[in-house]
Amino acid sequence: MTVQQAQEGSLSRPAVTDTHYPPQRAGSLLLTWGKRLLWVNMVFSFVFLYAPILVLVIFSFNNSRFAAKWEGFTFQWYGQLLTNEAIISAFWNSIIVAVSATLISTVLGTMTAIAMERFRFPFRKTYDGILYLPVIVPDIVMGISLLAFFALALDWINTALALPVDSALRPGLTTVIIAHVAFNISFVAIVVRTSLRDFNKALEEAAQDLGANEWITFRRITLPLIMPGILGGALLAFTLSLDDFVITFFTTGPGGTTLPIDVFSRIRRSISPEINAISTLMLLMSIVLVMASQSLQRRRD
Amino acid sequence: MPTVNVELRNVTKRFGDFVAVDNVSLQIHEGEFFSLLGPSGCGKTTNLRMIAGFELPSEGEIYLKGHPVGQLPPFKRNVNTVFQNYALFPHMTVAENVGFGLEMKKLSKSEINQRVNETLDLVRLPNLGSRKPRQLSGGQQQRVALARAIVNRPDVLLLDEPLSALDLKLRKTMQFELKELQRQLGITFIFVTHDQEESMTMSDRIAVMDHGHVLQVGAPTDIYEQPNSRFVADFIGETNFLPCKVTGRENGLATVVVGDKIKLQAACEPNVAAGDEASLIIRPEKINIHTEQQSNGQNHTVLPGEIVEKVYIGTDTRFAVKLMDGSVVNVRHQNMSMNDPVTQVNNNETVFVSWQTAAARVLTS
Repeated sequence: MTVQQAQEGSLSRPAVTDTHYPPQRAGSLLLTWGKRLLWVNMVFSFVFLYAPILVLVIFSFNNSRFAAKWEGFTFQWYGQLLTNEAIISAFWNSIIVAVSATLISTVLGTMTAIAMERFRFPFRKTYDGILYLPVIVPDIVMGISLLAFFALALDWINTALALPVDSALRPGLTTVIIAHVAFNISFVAIVVRTSLRDFNKALEEAAQDLGANEWITFRRITLPLIMPGILGGALLAFTLSLDDFVITFFTTGPGGTTLPIDVFSRIRRSISPEINAISTLMLLMSIVLVMASQSLQRRRD
Repeated sequence: MPTVNVELRNVTKRFGDFVAVDNVSLQIHEGEFFSLLGPSGCGKTTNLRMIAGFELPSEGEIYLKGHPVGQLPPFKRNVNTVFQNYALFPHMTVAENVGFGLEMKKLSKSEINQRVNETLDLVRLPNLGSRKPRQLSGGQQQRVALARAIVNRPDVLLLDEPLSALDLKLRKTMQFELKELQRQLGITFIFVTHDQEESMTMSDRIAVMDHGHVLQVGAPTDIYEQPNSRFVADFIGETNFLPCKVTGRENGLATVVVGDKIKLQAACEPNVAAGDEASLIIRPEKINIHTEQQSNGQNHTVLPGEIVEKVYIGTDTRFAVKLMDGSVVNVRHQNMSMNDPVTQVNNNETVFVSWQTAAARVLTS
């Protein structure tokens, strides 16, 4: 038999070799069972995580007022959303908050990231630690402290400017935006810093060598090259802002109802299919944004 | 007297406690191919970065065409750099990369286009202007980096080990091309390298650096033939070092004793004096091997020895010869003919080595 024939022979019956040698040692038997258990574990994890969401999505198309039983497919809850002024207004509030908070926190977060990565200044390490606090501090703590802060600050401003009661500053959309900026800066800064860390500083030197001053170097070289990181950070901030309930709940006021707050107030009455529909839409939006953010960061690599 | 283009006057650079460049003074001439040569960490790159403006000298001043520039930022100096890993802007095309400096000088679009194309032709990269750097090979990226720098017609072109990332064959080609380009443009090149062969083949003059000091400045032949220190002799090429003691000097020749048996004469630096502990250095290719006793001529040193090692390497045969005092010298003997009796000698045979008296040098530092 020639070499070629031997190769063809083995190619024609590859499965035989596999089935001829079943696991023989106790170790491999254990491994097989371990692998099966891991599979079970994975399946359960996914079920626990996604089954409720799946139910919510399915029931948003349920042709029944009551959530418990499937009565047929309908788009009517989505249609009703469009005519519900409270929901529409809450939706626009959410967009306003998310867009403003994203814009402001992206600029501030990027500047912070550059400062932390490129400059040496006193208490840099301390500031570095503090910067990451909003990421780990529980939302409820953040919410309460912001509530206390706004109460104090607004009271102080109102007194200082001697504003009458009917035109005094109150919590509302603005305070929500400020609160969202406060926690988003950290997330943006973290994402932008990673892209700055991989940045080849010789590129900036090359630009300066060719006659570009610091500002032109930043605008023409640094900024375009870290842009995927900045956009990734911005998308993350937008998603976090859009979804946020706890911090918004503590810092909002009259006229400052965002979509999550509106949903929560509706849920206290009853779980209506409209809520399922809004939630499905929000879920969709979040998924799209997170995917966009991840693909931007991947492109950077 | 050539015009001085770049001058470093008593330049020192400290990073914290570390002295990277220690009181260096250098004059680099107009249109010269000048190399800064030394092992890594010797301060050559710091020197270059100070001329470019990426580092500011701690002490001393740098002059460019007679003007002090030591404290100016890089974008205010008419100096361009070719970086070690090219540092091409990845988000710009080749043409945009090359045109960047001209754009900063606010030249018109048409003039930029014209000069970019001319320069890309010059570095033999025509028709690649619309590519992105990552679509190019290492050698092509190297040429783009070169084009991006020379298109600005700088007073000085600084090259920071620009060939180190290329494979050997490409490096040889680029060495030749760089030298040719420099001749063509007449721009002063300051070339940083740790490769002594590279600096020897390309440079008009070389400054050998070690531990932040410039040890010797001179043409390749000066550096090779008349090294002023053990470090330079050792770093450039191959050398035999024989420890010796100076017993006297006259007419620029020192008399030394190697071991306690061999007394001979050799060229020496002016600072060598009787009583010094020194090294006698002699290059392997400057030593001749003879199978028979030679007359001890006026300008020749002849010593008997014993072959301890013989290696045939094609162009040459390399011998290790043990002298009377036990010290061993390496000898390169060119294989002119296989009838040559020297190529027939074997280990443990007695031979005679000789060299011109002035070819050996006595160094104390």
